[in-house]
Amino acid sequence: MPEKITLKVARYRPEHETEPTFDSFEVPLRDDWVVLDALNYIKDRVDGSLSYRWSCRMGVCGSCGMMVNGEPKLTCATFLSHYKPGPVRVEPLRYFPVVRDLVIEMTDFMAKLKSVKPWIMREDEKPLSEGEYLQTPEELDDYKQFSMCINCMLCYAACPVYGLDEHFIGPAALALAQRYNKDSRDQGSAERLDILSQHEGIWGCTFVGECTKVCPKNVDPAGAIQQYKLTATKEWFKDFLMPWRAR
Amino acid sequence: MNQPPIYTQHHPRWYRKRVSTYWWTKQWSYLKFTLRELTSLSVAYFVVIILLQVAALSQGPGAYASFQAWLKTPIAIVLNVIALLFVLFHTITWFNLAPQATPVRVRGKRLPDWMVAAPNYVAWVAISAVVVWLIVRK
Repeated sequence: MPEKITLKVARYRPEHETEPTFDSFEVPLRDDWVVLDALNYIKDRVDGSLSYRWSCRMGVCGSCGMMVNGEPKLTCATFLSHYKPGPVRVEPLRYFPVVRDLVIEMTDFMAKLKSVKPWIMREDEKPLSEGEYLQTPEELDDYKQFSMCINCMLCYAACPVYGLDEHFIGPAALALAQRYNKDSRDQGSAERLDILSQHEGIWGCTFVGECTKVCPKNVDPAGAIQQYKLTATKEWFKDFLMPWRAR
Repeated sequence: MNQPPIYTQHHPRWYRKRVSTYWWTKQWSYLKFTLRELTSLSVAYFVVIILLQVAALSQGPGAYASFQAWLKTPIAIVLNVIALLFVLFHTITWFNLAPQATPVRVRGKRLPDWMVAAPNYVAWVAISAVVVWLIVRK
């Protein structure tokens, strides 16, 4: 008899239920299986109506984020054997509206990502004939960590500030803004300052620090936000002492 | 499961869960964060104590002596011990977070976290030693 483990999976079928319930499934416990493998097993063999998102199953696409035993995890990188003897509780990402079963609504996150203008902004675009904008390895190193984000939203599910205030721009979007602010090719940091330096921006963050702990890519959004608080404070002082200064 | 759908078809009805008022008790890391935030009250408490002490000092030896006597009451000692523990917690967590908030780069390389945290601890111990020396010297 192969070993088995029980998965308690949150189900929400809006056409029949007003709030989520749990279904229990017994799945084979294999050493090389991650939680996502177990969900795929359930969908293929037990209940085809189970809904969840996944794509690459190798920690790159950022689709399969869910709450596993109450912690935000990429289910493709979370081994079942870690939760022996079970049961393993699988729920949709916390703080997001649930569309169905394990599928959450992410329009809000997408809008927030865009709101911080995460692209290279130039005051003067040099002609193509002059070639590319060069960057030293040190300059790349300055922002590289913040560019590793895969938009899996685990940090939002870890952030109580986002849970309590849906207007908070949130960890991933703020870290992404910092990724562009720190890019030597970018000249848009002054434009981004007004967006980031609002109450719903960096000042909403109380440095709980959980976003950094759950990040599967070691992006350190909490660090990015605190570093930016320092920058924004310096800019505010400069404006205060030199009101004539043009940004 | 055989009832007809209770909403317009193809129109999603999202489930939104309200965050509990006691969210900070649900996870150890959240509780630790909340305690860390609360430590600011202890910091404020010590500031008030010192201001009262200075005020008593300015009112003459009698007022200062009675303030000193109050500091020796059990309730003041218990309050001070609790506040001191919270302030220690505040200081240690703050110093440990410093490297994350202020990464220091030397010749393009980011210094390891302990090298940013350590000077804070060294300064803390050194200043505390000076204060202790000021208080206990004859």
